[in-house]
Amino acid sequence: MISAGSQLALLLLLAAVIVISAGMGYIKIPFTDVLRIVGGQITGYDGWLADIDKLHPVVVTDVRLPRILTAAIVGAGLAISGAVFQGILLNPLADPYTLGVSAGAAFGASLAILFNIGFMGTWSIPLLAFSGAVSTLFFVIYLSSDSGGLSSNNLILSGIIVAAILSAGISFLKYVADEQVSVIIFWLMGSFGSKTWTDVILTLVFVGFGFGVSVFYARDLNLLSLGNRTASSLGVDTKRAPLALLVTASLVSAVCVSVSGIIGFVGLLVPHIVRSVTGPDNRKLIPVSLLTGAILLLCADTVTRAVLPNEIPIGVITALIGGPFFCYIFRKRQKARG
Amino acid sequence: MQKILNNLFEIQAVSFSYEKKSVLRDFSLTLNAGVFYGIIGPNGCGKSTLIDLMICHWQPTTGNIRYKGKDLNTYSRKALSREIALVPQNFYINFPFTAREVIMMGRYPHIARFAAPSDEDIRILKDIMTKTETLAFANRYITELSGGERQRVILARSLAQNTPVLLLDEATSNLDINHTITVLNMVAERVVKQHKTVIAVMQDINLAALFCDELIFMKQGSVVAHGPVKTVLNQEILRSVFEVESKVRSDPYSQALQVIYKK
Repeated sequence: MISAGSQLALLLLLAAVIVISAGMGYIKIPFTDVLRIVGGQITGYDGWLADIDKLHPVVVTDVRLPRILTAAIVGAGLAISGAVFQGILLNPLADPYTLGVSAGAAFGASLAILFNIGFMGTWSIPLLAFSGAVSTLFFVIYLSSDSGGLSSNNLILSGIIVAAILSAGISFLKYVADEQVSVIIFWLMGSFGSKTWTDVILTLVFVGFGFGVSVFYARDLNLLSLGNRTASSLGVDTKRAPLALLVTASLVSAVCVSVSGIIGFVGLLVPHIVRSVTGPDNRKLIPVSLLTGAILLLCADTVTRAVLPNEIPIGVITALIGGPFFCYIFRKRQKARG
Repeated sequence: MQKILNNLFEIQAVSFSYEKKSVLRDFSLTLNAGVFYGIIGPNGCGKSTLIDLMICHWQPTTGNIRYKGKDLNTYSRKALSREIALVPQNFYINFPFTAREVIMMGRYPHIARFAAPSDEDIRILKDIMTKTETLAFANRYITELSGGERQRVILARSLAQNTPVLLLDEATSNLDINHTITVLNMVAERVVKQHKTVIAVMQDINLAALFCDELIFMKQGSVVAHGPVKTVLNQEILRSVFEVESKVRSDPYSQALQVIYKK
């Protein structure tokens, strides 16, 4: 049983990681100074900043915090949408990208980079990535729906088919891209570099909304795991609830992907690990996944930003750490079953 | 003791097609409260579809279903989940909920969305787990239980829902004869003592004859016969519904009609 106390502890841990991470980097700033800078910014009281290097507040509030917060929020978003996808698709191995959201986003971003589409300035790539993700989602839902609503097998199958087509499309775009190919590849591997407060607010709004919807439907999500018929007899609207959750979780992951590129394994692994501690009850699983995802992705981003001598794309880090770790817990479980 | 409520379910001229395949045709049936009904018919005759229509999971293509005098559609899902509980036929769950958690899900319709279970909910849960003999594996994962144990958990879940109507869709198909009889006795007792209504789709005609008050024979999406066991169960009906040769006799040991078959 994980109590409200444990969730509070995780929240405090997240806050601590944010503060410590903000002090790490090329310029080292003691965490007490970070606290004073943040306190000064919030209260508008300059007294705390008096004896701090003039450069430090700029580094913390304009450079590091937007990146740190975006990383944490994206981690949270990927984790809750992973938990929701696993719940709706009745498959503990589903992740936010199962329905082809990442392939759609990657295709949109590749198009924007290749044709140098710039009508929205720096927002062109995220915007096209988002449009790609959302249109993929609705196409997959359209492809898999029959008279009786959505079946999880149909959804997974449609997602795989559409993602395969889009991957071929991305390969083609890379092939014709010439010198732009490196930009595409770099975008696909994900990065939190040069994130702004606009990114923070954008992701916060979507992830916050997604969290609200997921928590509202958390109990229905529990019942849906008993099968549609039984869930229906226990008072769940088996057409509306799964669709609302599916669209919400996809929107959350679409925004995360468009802002940060494709970051794998967070959405698969975090709910998976959390479930082994909290149990599958979504009313605990979703909030704990949110906090755990935020902490883990922020730590991974801090490692690549401030610890490693050269920055490695975050998507590569999560896959390199997450993949083998997943193999380990998967194997351990097989052994435990005998 | 409540008074007998007639016309609990009124199914009027209902037809249902699934992807152009007609499953129920001009189906009419009236069910009263406080009766143990057995629905009997060959595979694919529309029994499960009938159950789906009665829990409002599907809508009839034509015709309508009234429950307690009101159209079934006018009930909210939540209201309906306090009236009718279902024990499904096949049951598979992919997440390691404990048996206790699954049974507690039966209380969800009585607990507000964000509220914790009350002491009363916990008392009901304990009581039902004792009666269904599921207490022994309360903390084990549903994914690791045997088929029979899982079926008992699901039955306990539906009893925890504490509804006036209980629909059993071949609910005892995975149970050994001991647990089958325990379960059927338990629901039959609720019909007699608490005036509940049980509507059970059953494959075993002898068990149906032993426990049910009335039988409904279905074939190709229609009712062939409906009435008290003694009046409807005979070899002619079994020949016409199942195309089997049999003999129906009054059995002194079980004090019920029982069927015997020939190779």
